[in-house]
Amino acid sequence: MSHPESSTPIVRCEVDFTQRTEYHHGMEAIKAAHKLLAEATFTPTLPDKGYTNRTLYVNVGTREIMEKPVTQQMKDIFLGGRGFGLWHLWNAVTPATRWNDPANEIIISPGPVSGTTQYAGSGKSLVVTLSPQTDIPIDSNVGGYFGPLLKFSGFDALELQGKADQDVILFIDGQKGVIRIEAAPLEPVDSHVLAEVLTRMYAEDDADRVNISVVSTGAGADHSLIGMLNFSWWDHRRGCVRLKQAGRGGIGTVFRDKRIRALVCRGPVVKGGLNNPADPETIARTGIKFHKEMRANDDSQCKMRRNGTAHIVEIMDAYDLLPTHNFQYGSHPDTHRIASPVWQARCTQETVDGCWYGCSMACAKGADGLVLKTGPYKGHTVTVDGPEYENAAGLGSNSGVFDPDDLLELNFYCDTYGICTITWGTLTAFVMECYQRGILNLERTGGLDLTWGNAAADLEMMHQMARGEGFGLIAGQGIHKMKAIFEARGWGDPKLMADIGMECKGLEYSQYMSKESLAQQGGYALTNKGPQHDEAWLIFMDMVNKQLPTFEDKAEALYYFPLFRTWFGLNGFCKLPWNDVVPSDNASTSEPAKVPEHVQNYVDVFSATTGIRIDKDELIHQSAKVYNFQRIFNIRMGKGTRSFDIPPYRSVGPVTREEYESRAERYDKQMMEEIGVDPAGRTTDEKIAITRDHRMKRYNSLVDAVYLRRGWTPDGVPTLARIQELGLDAFPEVVEIVKNHGG
Amino acid sequence: MRQLRIDLTKCNYGRDCHHECESDCATKVFKVDDPALAALHIRDHGDGKGTAILCDQCGDCVVVCPAEALKRNRLGVVMINKKLCVGCYMCIGFCEKEAFERNPDWIEPYKCTSCGICVKACPHAALEIVEVPEPAPRII
Repeated sequence: MSHPESSTPIVRCEVDFTQRTEYHHGMEAIKAAHKLLAEATFTPTLPDKGYTNRTLYVNVGTREIMEKPVTQQMKDIFLGGRGFGLWHLWNAVTPATRWNDPANEIIISPGPVSGTTQYAGSGKSLVVTLSPQTDIPIDSNVGGYFGPLLKFSGFDALELQGKADQDVILFIDGQKGVIRIEAAPLEPVDSHVLAEVLTRMYAEDDADRVNISVVSTGAGADHSLIGMLNFSWWDHRRGCVRLKQAGRGGIGTVFRDKRIRALVCRGPVVKGGLNNPADPETIARTGIKFHKEMRANDDSQCKMRRNGTAHIVEIMDAYDLLPTHNFQYGSHPDTHRIASPVWQARCTQETVDGCWYGCSMACAKGADGLVLKTGPYKGHTVTVDGPEYENAAGLGSNSGVFDPDDLLELNFYCDTYGICTITWGTLTAFVMECYQRGILNLERTGGLDLTWGNAAADLEMMHQMARGEGFGLIAGQGIHKMKAIFEARGWGDPKLMADIGMECKGLEYSQYMSKESLAQQGGYALTNKGPQHDEAWLIFMDMVNKQLPTFEDKAEALYYFPLFRTWFGLNGFCKLPWNDVVPSDNASTSEPAKVPEHVQNYVDVFSATTGIRIDKDELIHQSAKVYNFQRIFNIRMGKGTRSFDIPPYRSVGPVTREEYESRAERYDKQMMEEIGVDPAGRTTDEKIAITRDHRMKRYNSLVDAVYLRRGWTPDGVPTLARIQELGLDAFPEVVEIVKNHGG
Repeated sequence: MRQLRIDLTKCNYGRDCHHECESDCATKVFKVDDPALAALHIRDHGDGKGTAILCDQCGDCVVVCPAEALKRNRLGVVMINKKLCVGCYMCIGFCEKEAFERNPDWIEPYKCTSCGICVKACPHAALEIVEVPEPAPRII
């Protein structure tokens, strides 16, 4: 999508981006308190065609440190990244395992292409664990340097299992070939301090800081189910550590349950060919071609280099798609206060903002010089990551917050406390609507006035959660559990809470309005891990561009795009360079939504890295193996069938009278034209019921069509024929699960 | 800063020379026996016209380099520190003059250092090194 004002001048932020509060002064005492608990040596090796062919297993409970080989079967079926994570997790757990059992693992795997410095968005790490929110595998795709440095140290994946009896740091020194588990009793808790201290502590000199990456979380992860992980890199222009987040599903909560304070990897000095690719020339040519495309097209397309993903705030609002007041509405008169020109002016433009080398999209913007007004760091001057679109929408419009500095402070504390911004935004929107509707009140929230837009109360709820007290503790359980808590206390109508609580499978929705896009309703609720847009973002294709008119068209999109997007996470790619800039002639191609030239770029970069020649169809086949395996994994854990793919009605249509009446013209017209019922003379309640019946029938028809296209039974179970086609019948337990569920 | 310039009224795009500027740059500066791997390029369009691809030391590459491997030296010339370079080629992709170069046998790219060897080699005295003000860094 392109901005109408394509050539507006760049607005410079006047803040000095090198100034911020420093935290490393007490570092020596912190370091002196470390105690070595276990140590192992290894031979650092560089990858061969993207793979090091070994993984690292660490049990923080038993302190076992072990190398494991990467088998050919692992590479053939699971490829890497999220695939390796799912495979290791499958072997580690049983159907009875829950998130806080020692058997649960956190797996971090970069994927074979990750660490490439020539093609934009090739530095991702994929993180997999059993989620405390969903009880099924969660996967998260995160930037920062940890994954590439782990691989260049010698490991295609890191498996973390067990529970330590005290707070520990795992240090992997890929220069010296040493792995240590250290007791870390005096470490700072929150990420923006901890990552800064540990980067300086483990670097041997100033120049070495760039070779360090820290994985950490914060106080929020200790007291909630929505903890996330921060992956760091050293920003040498700013002179500070930056953070990117593995946000969804509570991975940080599992991390702290294992008493892991941080992971630190010290990799070798990064150079251009450390993956030892099969065909470096193709990678170089393809990478330069993309850099030139960014140079030529970004200013007239998405302005990712200027605004990051927040460039779409005003576009979403214009199409009535910006979630507002818990997804009740899609726009707000105050949206201009959190729109992209505000962030462009607030984010530093003079520096380089990639979360891995060579990312010319450079969307990891930073808002420098924020002086905090609340909480334990009140008065400190900090740098805030982003805000990304999801944060502007979730912490902003969805909660009614339209003050940019309030939004930045919410964003900052989510990050440093180690909680997911998307989840916090959606759950805050839910509690604010509960407050609006009397399900919550001052007494029930312990004095928090959670009216729309009350950022002070929002922040206090977050600080409470980080301190482990008050209503913040309840909020940190997430919407799924909050609904049960409120119901058990007799606080509200369970049916209404089910309708307005924007979660599916236990995970909160990310920040797009799907009411007017049937394909996106499926794009959210049919996801493997829960409603995150990284599987399918079809709103514009479906609702705006009308490219998916039939159930079959929508089903095809819900077959292709989740598989295509899954592939990024198998390899260590970022999704954004795929379609947040497009070639100038993309609109004239046969399938512009797929961005064919970029698909070919990915085919070429993968083939040139691994030496495995693929085409665009084989790419989808590679993904289908892992995608179906994950679906079966969900079934193995007691979910994964049709009844878990039902969305909350708020994501499908208008729940309340005010929602219906706010867009009555639209809904009345649809009733007449699509349902064939004359709305004249009917009450709003009657019209809501008629609309709901129609929309849910339509949703179920979509599910039938999607399951058929995916090769699944009407209950959503992959058929035996489908898993044979994918080679998953090599695993007897997979076959048994499928057979037991009628597949 | 030192900047390489060309007078296109003197250069005739190699029609009566042997592209000595490119040859000497390649052999004497980069130690490769291939003028195509020089840090400047003179193209004859065959219609009496041509183009010269020269680095003007504008510094855009300094701004986009994620590794801070590109810096101006005391003469204002943009130099590459190969120890810091991560071979991402953003300098190549973002160079509007197409003057940042790459040898397929090397990971690190290379560029004109305003050394003047080509100036000495040119039989038509079309090239010169001039001193010009350093431009302010741009936001790229």
